[in-house]
Amino acid sequence: MRVVIAEDLALLRDGLIRLLSAYGFEVVEAVDNGPSLSRALLEHRPDVAVVDVRLPPTFTDEGLRAALDARRAIPGLPVLVLSQHVEQLYARELLSDSSGGIGYLLKDRVSDVKQFVEAVRRVADGGTALDPDVVSQLLTRRSREEPLKALTPREREVLELMAEGRSNAAIAGKMFVTEKAVTKHTANIFAKLGLPVSEDDNRRVLAVLAYLHA
Amino acid sequence: MAGLAVGRSLLQALLAQIANLPLAILLGVSLALVPLGVGLALLPPVLLAVRGLANQQRRWAKEWSGVEIPVPYRPRPADASGFGRVKWLLTDPATWRDMLWTLVNSVLGVVLAGLPSALVVYGLEGVLVAPWLYSLHSFGWGPFWPLGDYGPPGAIGCLLLGSVLVLTGWLGGPPIMRAYALVNRSMLGPTRARLEERVRELTATRSETVDASAAELRRIERDLHDGAQARLVALSMHIGLAEQMVKDDPDEAVRLLIEARQASGTALTELRDLVRGIHPPVLAERGLPGGVQALALTLPLPVNVTVDLPGRAAPPVESAAYFAVAEMLANTVKHAGAERAWVDVRHNGTALVMIVGDDGRGGADPSRGTGMRGITRRLAAFDGTMAVTSPEGGPTVVTMELPCALSSPKI
Repeated sequence: MRVVIAEDLALLRDGLIRLLSAYGFEVVEAVDNGPSLSRALLEHRPDVAVVDVRLPPTFTDEGLRAALDARRAIPGLPVLVLSQHVEQLYARELLSDSSGGIGYLLKDRVSDVKQFVEAVRRVADGGTALDPDVVSQLLTRRSREEPLKALTPREREVLELMAEGRSNAAIAGKMFVTEKAVTKHTANIFAKLGLPVSEDDNRRVLAVLAYLHA
Repeated sequence: MAGLAVGRSLLQALLAQIANLPLAILLGVSLALVPLGVGLALLPPVLLAVRGLANQQRRWAKEWSGVEIPVPYRPRPADASGFGRVKWLLTDPATWRDMLWTLVNSVLGVVLAGLPSALVVYGLEGVLVAPWLYSLHSFGWGPFWPLGDYGPPGAIGCLLLGSVLVLTGWLGGPPIMRAYALVNRSMLGPTRARLEERVRELTATRSETVDASAAELRRIERDLHDGAQARLVALSMHIGLAEQMVKDDPDEAVRLLIEARQASGTALTELRDLVRGIHPPVLAERGLPGGVQALALTLPLPVNVTVDLPGRAAPPVESAAYFAVAEMLANTVKHAGAERAWVDVRHNGTALVMIVGDDGRGGADPSRGTGMRGITRRLAAFDGTMAVTSPEGGPTVVTMELPCALSSPKI
């Protein structure tokens, strides 16, 4: 799998290259600033890009903007955005074209190597990987509202994991229940929120996120 | 340049008649009605209108003649409703000087500022109109030229004199307008007493600001010392232990490494919260519009945000503005019991105006609560002000103003 990395801190950039190479990714280019990132994304059209939000030269949201621009040029280009802090505002912008292949995680999550690599793969496959911090903020914000109040604690847990972008199998593994039980929960959640049921994992996640962001 | 001055002279003369004179009369009436009480209600709007006119003159003096007239008014107090407002206006010496100016200017605006345009208009009449009417009799002085008595030589005299007058008005325009601006400065600028008072204000807000930032640094030092720093020590200890054990007891080593990773996660979370409290990253990345929008999205109630800024304010101002809005919204969430809230941020030419409102139960008291006091202090460092209206039963509307200029428009 071909990947482009954008990170301005040399230590972290080398760490990411080593980590992803160890898990069988081919790092086609690692850049340290916004303009190079824009060029690299269009030139290599990687299977997935791992991008830091804040990059030189302006040290603002250079990386995020480059990623969003590249996705306008190459629709659905998988991008996993890393940041020292997560913002609902950025999550919203990343998910706004609702074509999937989006990840948005705190940099800390890299420390859980297995989960991180799984997230990169998921994004490369057109799936979603949203930081638990973003999801829990979304749910706290909406928790006063009617359809969400009607969820059982168990269903809420499933909803949270689903919003992070996990498949039914992954949710079942994480909650120590059978996949069948999870399927039942998701069906209930979709009924209570009034969302159309879909067999496809990715499309389901996007529906949930669109609902939560509305 | 000179042509502009003539147009401006005409504008000033007209303004002195249609705005200044009526205001002077209204002022007199309001003052006369003060003993009856009615005047007290009438005075504030009239005085504020006078201030508006005076401020316009201050701007023109700078733009047209390069004469800088600082605004001498005292800052608007937090409690600027009803009697508080009357007191704020009437105890300000600048108000009384404004009144004097209104009276003087209704004459001076015509006689001095209007002079260049009068010369040009009368001169033009002498050149373009009068010479062709010399056969008519009984023209007198005044707006007309004395022709009838002198015949054709009179008409030639008209042409010559008219040209001289036009030229005088045309060339004399800029210096005359400048003289007018200087006279205005003597009446509209701050007095020495006001400057001394200003020094006292600045000394007070400066020491408050210094105290507050020292306390803030102390807090950050404590947070780092007891938080992240301590956790990093524990972290390196865990890793060191794991290093020792990796051969003899690999299972225990793995357990220690997992603990170390968790400790690093906690340290990072603490650092993140600390950074957010010092300067929110999204504010650095997106400026005030993005910062306020991102803030609104984290609150448990719908917040309607409108930000309309043609450029960016200086970073310290942005930061003060952000934390002021954040504190008000936090109060709304904690105390107001509101269904929804709204934030409106715009720039009125001289100041950043931030309005935060909600549909909650009202009854907010700016003098209670350390948060509000902290914000008042933070705003005061920039000569900013805050006004709260929050009747029992709501709604609550907080208006904050931060004087500042905006930098060039966003790229």
